[in-house]
Amino acid sequence: MKHIISLLMENEAGALSRVAGLFSARAYNIESLTVAPTEDSTLSRMTIVTSGSDEIIEQIIKQLNKLIDVVKVLDLNDGKFIERELMLVKVKATNTYREEMKRMCDIFRGRIIDVADGSFTIELTGSGNKLDAFIESLDKSAILETVRTGASGIGRGDRILKV
Amino acid sequence: MLRVVYLTFKITLSISFSSASRTYLNEVCIQSNSERLMELSFMESTATDNMAESKSQKNITANPNITGAEILIRCLNEENVKFVFGYPGGAVLHIYDEIYKQNGFKHILVRHEQAAVHAADAFSRATGEVGVAIVTSGPGATNAVTGIATAYMDSIPLVVISGQVPVPAIGMDAFQEVDMVGITRPCVKHNFLVKDVKDIAATMKKAFYIAASGRPGPVVVDIPKDITAHLTEYIYPKTLEMRSYNPVLKGHSGQIKKAVKLLLEAKRPMIYTGGGLVLGDASPELVKLARALNYPVTNTLMGLGGYPATDKQFVGMLGMHGSYEANMAMQNCDVLIAVGARFDDRVIGNPGNFQTKDRTIIHIDVDPSSISKRVKVDVPIVGHVQSVLREMNEILALENKQNNIADWWKQIDEWRTVKSMVYQQSTEFIKPQYVIEKLWEVTKGNAYVTTDVGQHQMWAAQYYKFDQPRRWINSGGLGTMGVGLPYAMGCQFADKNAQVACVTGEGSIQMNIQELSTCAQYGLPIKVILLNNRYLGMVRQWQEFFYENRYSESYMDSLPDFVKLAESYGHIGMQITNPADVESALVKAFSPELKDRFVFMDFITDQSENVFPMIPNGAGLAEMILGKEQKLVDNHTREED
Repeated sequence: MKHIISLLMENEAGALSRVAGLFSARAYNIESLTVAPTEDSTLSRMTIVTSGSDEIIEQIIKQLNKLIDVVKVLDLNDGKFIERELMLVKVKATNTYREEMKRMCDIFRGRIIDVADGSFTIELTGSGNKLDAFIESLDKSAILETVRTGASGIGRGDRILKV
Repeated sequence: MLRVVYLTFKITLSISFSSASRTYLNEVCIQSNSERLMELSFMESTATDNMAESKSQKNITANPNITGAEILIRCLNEENVKFVFGYPGGAVLHIYDEIYKQNGFKHILVRHEQAAVHAADAFSRATGEVGVAIVTSGPGATNAVTGIATAYMDSIPLVVISGQVPVPAIGMDAFQEVDMVGITRPCVKHNFLVKDVKDIAATMKKAFYIAASGRPGPVVVDIPKDITAHLTEYIYPKTLEMRSYNPVLKGHSGQIKKAVKLLLEAKRPMIYTGGGLVLGDASPELVKLARALNYPVTNTLMGLGGYPATDKQFVGMLGMHGSYEANMAMQNCDVLIAVGARFDDRVIGNPGNFQTKDRTIIHIDVDPSSISKRVKVDVPIVGHVQSVLREMNEILALENKQNNIADWWKQIDEWRTVKSMVYQQSTEFIKPQYVIEKLWEVTKGNAYVTTDVGQHQMWAAQYYKFDQPRRWINSGGLGTMGVGLPYAMGCQFADKNAQVACVTGEGSIQMNIQELSTCAQYGLPIKVILLNNRYLGMVRQWQEFFYENRYSESYMDSLPDFVKLAESYGHIGMQITNPADVESALVKAFSPELKDRFVFMDFITDQSENVFPMIPNGAGLAEMILGKEQKLVDNHTREED
């Protein structure tokens, strides 16, 4: 099953590679990993999307907690949470495509953030599933380039991950 | 205040101009063909200037600035380090200069960095203190990696200081540069690259704290050369608080009560303890618990000595080469308490097979990630084994209940009649098991016994009965050939009057044979017990069992004359070929007249001897192969994994 794990870690050089190294050393799946400093510049917040059986997820959480630089770990799937990912897609926008791309973008509540002679760049935010759905609904030959940030997650309401 | 600073500055200037920089001027001129080299040599010259500055300042300010190297030495003194094992080199020259000037600890010069780390590791295993090693950058650092990984797998607290190229040279593929923090990341508890002289003291404090607390492990501190020459004030933190690292030490009281209740209700209880018990110094607490309950106890390879081997409740080591009774009791018990042990593949074999039997498992470990990793646990207790066992003993004393398990003991005694640790004595060939038995007799079971890895290691574990913890020193997790001799060195430094025996094979001993030289330099009276069968024995055994006797590359030709080799270092060499001479040779080696001598004993042993019993890789605990000397009871056919 897919799990989204959030963690707070010391904003130290090499902290990211400790997490990435742990996943490869223990052969855990890693779908995406995002990291950036928080409002407290000594801390980084990371969101990891992974998958595995309950036993494996339990081990992943324990092993992450064991890393000296990791301050707190939370499996977002243990409660209600929100997941968001940002995607930039450059699509063909020649005569025949121009209208259709604008329409598709509106349907998915995306924004066109760059317009060129033959292309649009669309910005789209949402859950991973929504971004997948957008890609699915486009004509494959119209897609020139995509870039995705990987998921960021946050607990709903009172679920707060803070030191 | 201002005036003082001004004065300092003036003195500094005059000194650096007059003496120190003159010698370096030549160097700068020679190397001026490259900007890069100019930069490097400039860094060196500032280093020397700085040192001069530090001396001049000492007389003026109360808390003077000192070099990073001196700070490092002071930190080691602060941590009461008695021995540092190491090997000098370019990147650690400033540090070695400070080592020369101090007398807080003794530096032991080894012959290979791997041995430095192993010796520090053994020192820690024998004493419980943090072991310390210093190596230079590049090849010094990579040579240390096997030692670090060995300590990591067995959770041994070490602080390994490695030199690094100067900060501006990092990433430039400089001479003797290697990314030590990157290379060691998967095999350390934590590591640091110190990039500011102001961070050295705090980093060292953290390194010692992290290495020794919680589940112990090695910590690497990588220090660039220029940092060891920079100056700053020395302040060693008294206390340390880390928001990201707070190991749980006290077990959950509710869980502990539940565990005691389960133990008292058990019909077929079993106590299974590992290296964690030894590392947690909880042997007395375990003995108290086991005696109060009158339950059977088994130790893992790493846990030997945790419970006295000569006690009647001890059923022997369990696992791949464990006793029949230990493995059968482990497989058939109904309540199992695991203390500082981790159900690894060499202990319980196939976890699927292990779980075919219903049993309730209680698991005490300081590391939560060891619990429910390979085997699902019913009552997890995260905490320091000593504190948890104490609490259990207190509850037991209050309960004052006795659980009669006479039927279970009857069953265990029946398994004991298989006599799985029996071998066929010979008058023609020396049996390796016989040598170990005699070693135990001659040393009265009190020696520190280190081993390398292979058949000899298993025979030592099976036939030397350890009654005390921290006497059995071997590489259990990583299985590192070559640890035996450096481990013996570490033990001898830990206890200079102790009898230290290094049981080894002719394959393993040659992996760190150069340390014979270190032993000569420091006059270490180690006794090497070489069980020489001219084969890589364990490899040969597997090839015999599972590869239809195709002995691929497991025969070693061209062995040295070990007697002459030992003698060439000034040691005593003996070769023993006749079984009748085994005992007298051992008596002689351990006699008072050779008390101060290093003795290398080359026992020419039976080539065909195998380690029994044996659980084939991936099989279950009850699927043991017994030797031809033992009568088979219910040996099932093995399932391939």
